[in-house]
Amino acid sequence: MTLAPIHWALIGIWAILIAASLLVYVISRRSSKNLQELVQRTQSWWVMVAIFTVAFLVSNTVSVVVFGLVSFLALKEYFSMIPTRRTDRRVLFWAYLAIPIQYFWVYDSYYGMFAVFIPVYMFLFLPFATLFTQRTDGFLRAVGTLNWGLMLCVFAISHAAFLLILPPTGGSSSGGPGLLLFLVFLTQFNDVAQYTWGKLLGRHKIIPAISPNKTWEGFLGGVATTFCLALVTAPLVTPFSMVHAAFAGLLIPVAGFVGDVTVSALKRDLGVKDTGSLIPGHGGILDRIDSLTYTAPLFFHFTRYFYY
Amino acid sequence: MLQKLFYLLVKVAVAFLLGVNVRRRELLPAEGPAIIVANHNSHLDTMVLMSLMPLSRLAEVKPVAAADYFFSSPLKAWLSEHVLGIIPVERKGRSGKTHDPLDGCYRALEDGKILILFPEGSRGEPEEMTRLKKGVSFLAERFPECPVVPVFTHGLGKALPKGSFLLVPFFCDIFVGEALKWSGDRAAFMAALQQRFATLAGEKTFAPWE
Repeated sequence: MTLAPIHWALIGIWAILIAASLLVYVISRRSSKNLQELVQRTQSWWVMVAIFTVAFLVSNTVSVVVFGLVSFLALKEYFSMIPTRRTDRRVLFWAYLAIPIQYFWVYDSYYGMFAVFIPVYMFLFLPFATLFTQRTDGFLRAVGTLNWGLMLCVFAISHAAFLLILPPTGGSSSGGPGLLLFLVFLTQFNDVAQYTWGKLLGRHKIIPAISPNKTWEGFLGGVATTFCLALVTAPLVTPFSMVHAAFAGLLIPVAGFVGDVTVSALKRDLGVKDTGSLIPGHGGILDRIDSLTYTAPLFFHFTRYFYY
Repeated sequence: MLQKLFYLLVKVAVAFLLGVNVRRRELLPAEGPAIIVANHNSHLDTMVLMSLMPLSRLAEVKPVAAADYFFSSPLKAWLSEHVLGIIPVERKGRSGKTHDPLDGCYRALEDGKILILFPEGSRGEPEEMTRLKKGVSFLAERFPECPVVPVFTHGLGKALPKGSFLLVPFFCDIFVGEALKWSGDRAAFMAALQQRFATLAGEKTFAPWE
């Protein structure tokens, strides 16, 4: 059996995970501080990487379903933490129903419908469905919050899944799976890198009113690390030229940071610390995919514009 | 067998459609006799509480429910008794006072079962707690060594409120409190129980739902 480049990439990811786990293990043994959360975080990474690897290796269809489930969990988390109106239960139900439909367009490679279904059809349909409640107090808030949640949790995330079904190009045999791996790996790695640099060197707060733990040192350290990693991994799994790889290497960490801070602003507004408790050590699923809500659509359109 | 199969499906559905966040699961009674008391917002309450129990112990866990609702037809009665494992209680004023409506509960506790009780008596308005009825204090008085474990749930009334058949997914919170025992005084016991629920409900600020 010969290993394709994406298999080597997966092996690389597991190697990093194992190395990081050993590091965390050694630190937690030596340190006098309670690092329970760090250990839990690392354990959760094993579960997440395992799920992702299995889905990825089995088939594209399974991976699309897994992304659909991620969207469902994220939207459920979002609806559970925002104020909602009792009369809008049916409207929420319609919003949930958009998930299988949106991911069906992905499965079907129906780009035209994929691109307009939520921003056009659901955008128009949800306010219409809300009319049947015959209640106007809170109408704007209901329609606004539902649509934003649907865009963030379903539309944005489905772009990651759509990468999967892009075919191989002349420049790379890995095609869509390679691009997805590149996006998800760099987005998540960047989260960890920004967090780690911030912990190690963080001094100057970057956006104190929204996310007091974020620092310039963490942000810039993360961008630099992710940038270097993008240059190294792009030739392996993407068709990118060096210039495009460099651009993607900046786009992903910067957009990831914005996505992270956007969800932080939402949490601060609602007065919650985490979006949920689904992933031990990390919080909710939205806490984990907040960066991806920004990187997925931007990276997708960047790739599509230049290579498809 | 049928009961295990049914609750296995319930466990899967609860995990997938709802998703529960349980705080202090270890305080749930491991063996009977014990009484779990919970606030009541939805038909899902019983399902979710049962789904927290391991399948092997399900036969030991008995939800207590209104006879006039769950035993109103022969089919419903059979399903309630054999699949859900319900113990019926007559609600006030429905029948002549020929016997104590709690007889079934006494017998189950004597057999070492774990009862699930909703002392609000009715699901009522979703996500609003009403005064607790005193039935539970009679059980605690008769079995003073039996722990009474308060469980506060939030979100199930949003997912499936009374009068609705459309289940809308929401994450639900389940906060288990420290067990309470009979203190010798009915009013004091009920006040203590009510207080436990107030404390559990105050553990988290829930998203407004009006």
